[in-house]
Amino acid sequence: MDLGDHAGFIIGGYLASFVVIVGLIVLSVNQSRKARARLAELEARGVRRRSEARPAARPAPEAKA
Amino acid sequence: MGITTTLANPTRFMSYSGKILPVTWILALVLIVAGLYYAFPGSPPDYQMGEVVRLMYVHPQAAWLAMLTYVLMAVAALGTIIWRHPLADVLQKAAAPIGAAFALLGLVTGMLWGQPTWGTYWVWDARLTSFLILFIMFLGLIAIWATVEDPGRAARIAAILTLVGAVNLPIIYFSVQIWSTLHQPQGVLQGQTDAHFLPPMFLMLGGYTFLFISILLLRMRTEILGRRVRSMQLTSVGAEA
Repeated sequence: MDLGDHAGFIIGGYLASFVVIVGLIVLSVNQSRKARARLAELEARGVRRRSEARPAARPAPEAKA
Repeated sequence: MGITTTLANPTRFMSYSGKILPVTWILALVLIVAGLYYAFPGSPPDYQMGEVVRLMYVHPQAAWLAMLTYVLMAVAALGTIIWRHPLADVLQKAAAPIGAAFALLGLVTGMLWGQPTWGTYWVWDARLTSFLILFIMFLGLIAIWATVEDPGRAARIAAILTLVGAVNLPIIYFSVQIWSTLHQPQGVLQGQTDAHFLPPMFLMLGGYTFLFISILLLRMRTEILGRRVRSMQLTSVGAEA
């Protein structure tokens, strides 16, 4: 396909779009992976969020003799 | 209002967005591939601009998304200031780099379109200058999120600046009608664009919009996970102390 005398401008525009968008996606996916890995590491260590912390199960009341 | 309230819960947001994301990525890919077909072999050159018209399938889309991002951030800023909702903070922070990327693309593709059609890459007219200010505002907001350590405080500062900066949006939009500028007015909305150019324009616009939704959801999910990590680290330090 012949893009004429201004092919450089057209290809440059599409190339810039590709580089910036793919760069943004790669950056976002990497940040997501790092956050997931960090979360998994903390969960493996048994750390819980305060909102997820459950009070220890109360022992069943002993039957009175 | 019901769905807004439901999605405003970060845990529910994680659940719903996880289901929506694969669909939005696929829609973005399909629409952009179809748009690229129509952008090159599937559409003719313009009788005046020639082949350079093909930049119309990436430039307005990037500019539109940069402005849409800012509108969303301004709405989220209201959510931060009025309701102090954490998901509004998350949206503000997640959207700023996307807005900056699309504003940069709007500027770069605009310059590459400007040189062959106007004979110059840049003029300091109202449209180009106000759009450059939009890009700088995105960078400023990213800087605030990066430098203010307390996320709540960063959200409030960013929200105020976002709302102040929102005055730039009508200036960008109406600049081509109010002031004398090299930039052409919005011909598509006035029905002045030939039908041959509409399929690639709208396919790419749809593709870019779904791409924006996908990246935004991904970044919001990352930010929520990051906040969970922060909360767990604080719990961990508190337990050790």
